[in-house]
Amino acid sequence: MELIFEISKSGRGTADIPASDVPAVNIENTIGSKYLRNELDLPEVAEIDLIRHYTNLSRRNFGVDLGFYPLGSCTMKYNPKINENAAQLPGFTGLHPYIDDKSAQGNLQLIYEMQKYLCSILGMAEFTLQPAAGAHGELTGVMMIKKYFEKKKQKRRIILIPDAAHGTNPASSALCGFEVMELRSNSEGGVDIEHLQSLMTEDVAALMLTNPNTLGLFERNIEKVAAIVHGKGGLLYGDGANANAFLGKARPGDLGFDVIQLNLHKTFSTPHGGGGPGSGPVGVGEALVDFLPVPRVVKKDDKYKWSEKFPDTIGRVRSFYGNFNVVVKAYTYIRSLGAEGLRHATEMAVLNANYIKERLKPYFDLPYDRICMHECVFSGSRQVAESGVHTTDIAKKLIDYGYHPPTIYFPLIVPEAIMIEPTETESKETLDTFCEAMIAIAKEAKENPEGVKNAPVTTPVSRLDEVLAARKPDVCCKR
Amino acid sequence: MDYCPHTPDDIKQMQAAIGIAGIEELFADIPEKFMIKQIPDIPQALSEMETMSVMSELAGKNKLPRFTLTGAGAYYHFIPAVVGHIVGRAEFYTAYTPYQAEISQGILQAIYEYQTMIAHLTGTEIANASMYDGASAMAEAAVLCAKMSGKNKIIIARSVHPEYRQVVKTYSWANGYKVVEIPYIPSGQIDLDVLQKKLDDQVAAVLVQSPNFFGVVEDIASIADAAHKKEALFVTGFTDGTSLGILNPAGSLGADFVVGEGQSFGNPLNYGGPYLGIFAAKEKFMRRIPGRLVGATVDKNGKRGFVLTLQTREQHIRREKATSNICSNEALCALAAGVYLAALGKNLKRLAELNIYKTQYLKNSLLELAGWEEVFPTPVYNEFVLRCPDAQKVNKKLKKEGIIGGYALQKDYPELKNTLLFCATEMISKEDIDKVVAILK
Repeated sequence: MELIFEISKSGRGTADIPASDVPAVNIENTIGSKYLRNELDLPEVAEIDLIRHYTNLSRRNFGVDLGFYPLGSCTMKYNPKINENAAQLPGFTGLHPYIDDKSAQGNLQLIYEMQKYLCSILGMAEFTLQPAAGAHGELTGVMMIKKYFEKKKQKRRIILIPDAAHGTNPASSALCGFEVMELRSNSEGGVDIEHLQSLMTEDVAALMLTNPNTLGLFERNIEKVAAIVHGKGGLLYGDGANANAFLGKARPGDLGFDVIQLNLHKTFSTPHGGGGPGSGPVGVGEALVDFLPVPRVVKKDDKYKWSEKFPDTIGRVRSFYGNFNVVVKAYTYIRSLGAEGLRHATEMAVLNANYIKERLKPYFDLPYDRICMHECVFSGSRQVAESGVHTTDIAKKLIDYGYHPPTIYFPLIVPEAIMIEPTETESKETLDTFCEAMIAIAKEAKENPEGVKNAPVTTPVSRLDEVLAARKPDVCCKR
Repeated sequence: MDYCPHTPDDIKQMQAAIGIAGIEELFADIPEKFMIKQIPDIPQALSEMETMSVMSELAGKNKLPRFTLTGAGAYYHFIPAVVGHIVGRAEFYTAYTPYQAEISQGILQAIYEYQTMIAHLTGTEIANASMYDGASAMAEAAVLCAKMSGKNKIIIARSVHPEYRQVVKTYSWANGYKVVEIPYIPSGQIDLDVLQKKLDDQVAAVLVQSPNFFGVVEDIASIADAAHKKEALFVTGFTDGTSLGILNPAGSLGADFVVGEGQSFGNPLNYGGPYLGIFAAKEKFMRRIPGRLVGATVDKNGKRGFVLTLQTREQHIRREKATSNICSNEALCALAAGVYLAALGKNLKRLAELNIYKTQYLKNSLLELAGWEEVFPTPVYNEFVLRCPDAQKVNKKLKKEGIIGGYALQKDYPELKNTLLFCATEMISKEDIDKVVAILK
């Protein structure tokens, strides 16, 4: 497809500018010519061409509304349309962040109640909604851990992270000046308790744990893990990316987690927007409440206001109050489902993942064969050995069947990993046809491996040369 | 209302296929003592109709102003109709990050076009796919400069947005860097003499904003010279992107990094978010910058296509050695910005001119009021600072008429008593301004 610059023609335009109703001033005199720019090279396109350009681009994009999107660890559930309608209400979209608190009581109440709901759901003492995404929430959580030990005048420089963890965990730790030490998984896919015991010293600030982990497995020894970490004065950080697995079943606060971030764009159904905006609230236990970012909403006599009077705060991690409009959507979702609906969603998500696991088990290697939570992780090793077909080929072939592929090559501890997260919003029919496609691909891999390796053939472009893209980066069109 | 499609019969069949008698068996790994029966303190489920009425009631508790004279990092600009229609397409907004390029060409190409427009607008050579917001973009730039240079001091102008400075301080503290603030001179611009004195060999970066928090345009070229002479990197920020329609961009004047807030480009106020962190840089930093980058390449048949590229900078590959931990960004806001800029085209300059006309008219009108005076006699874009006899009283009077007045600077700058930071965008009419003056007379 042509670039927007390639359909640009001098003299065309879409948005017109109203005539000025105040006197024009001489710009050169007002601003000073040395401060003015010489040229402005933006596309010039008629409205119809602009709309066709972006509409045609949208047709080259796959979203949940088009089909099944079992992208593991990303919880691509259906994004209810009422969330969008609620978030579009002018009362929510129209307020300036510096409007006085009295004029923003609806927003403040929503933020306050949302924090309370998340506390109830996760079993935490307090929540902040300021972080803009999951990784931003992790960073905020690790900063609070740093502050906690600073306050205690303890110099702890290490954070333990399991080998199966999301890449954001070590990256967030490093952004706070911590040294990362890798914790091994045991043969069951859980924390290797002996290894944890040997690593857990008074030099360790925290263990960052995803539970269920990225294999989709619940940490059976969670009580022991928490006791070991707390026993040495450390803190237990929870990566809540997988929270869809335990809503209404168990609460991280009860399990011993001191801090946890959520991804509202995963668990709480807000759309991911092709890469954002997300929202990454962070919940803390009593020990960390004082360190939460400011400002925080406080309630007094049924009135809400922002307060910055928290002397031990880590400060701010973002301007204003976070991705408020995303929070509106998640709040709408919680109100729609209620406690029972959230629990039911988790049950159906786990049922769906186990159903897929059972149906595909005969056809793909399953490195950890036990009841899984909201996702299951297969390995494409058998296909590689039998026919040289790799996981990436299987993923690309799924595209030709009309599916978004699962997450692949993650977690790193599973070779040729295929990580499938169906979510609760998919019907049995959808799961069945997906499984049939996977089974057909397994068969084709044996009989006609080239047919799999050449996929996809139904897309506007075939496989792209990523090596070229990295070797000779072209990230801006030179005109 | 929930969104699970299974019938009781489906559930039965699926349980049989798994070999379990009941759903609770799936949760057997959770130790019994931690199992809960129900989440406490969550209101009952609601039908769609009931949910909508709850949400409308909440939204109705907010008081939308007739108009607002505050900018200060968030701007009320007109959004052309095309923007909402494009970002409202579910093919875009219900997609995840474009990991599978063949079925994500739409968002990938749109972001590539966005990167191109942003690089041009900021006068730099490259731009990434977006950051969380202007403040975190500035903080990440500061951290990056320190990491690249091995130095541990960050210099920031006191005329940078107070919240941006706070975020820079938080990120710097977490990394063990020292932050030094540079005062402003009576023009409202950074004090170059103090800057030069504080620039020692431990300074990794100099951070300024232009137009700065007072609306004042900084002399970017001189600051760039000062920073580069001491081998510090130079980061400039902005909070209203429409200023780039008319002002000489910092990238052309020597800035190494140009970061800022892209909310003005087609994104509603939304009470502070989601917004759009813009991150642009000189090409030589391409392999070090944080965030996603979309690059052009070709497919097996030589056809042009787009992919996420240089991912070895990123957390999912590099883990603790990554440039940044950023993963999700603000792609949909970047899409809105791309559509907005394509819709405005060269008219962005005329829009910026209109902002200047309105701003000058508002400023001159207010200066006719008894006891009002200009604080910084320096060129401004669409914001400016005035001193008045009683700032609190002014905002109170305006609020009574449903108007949000100026931003009171005293909270962040104790020396600036009874000063207000005003903003006039194209959304303010002559009639509005005349009314403001009439109210305050």
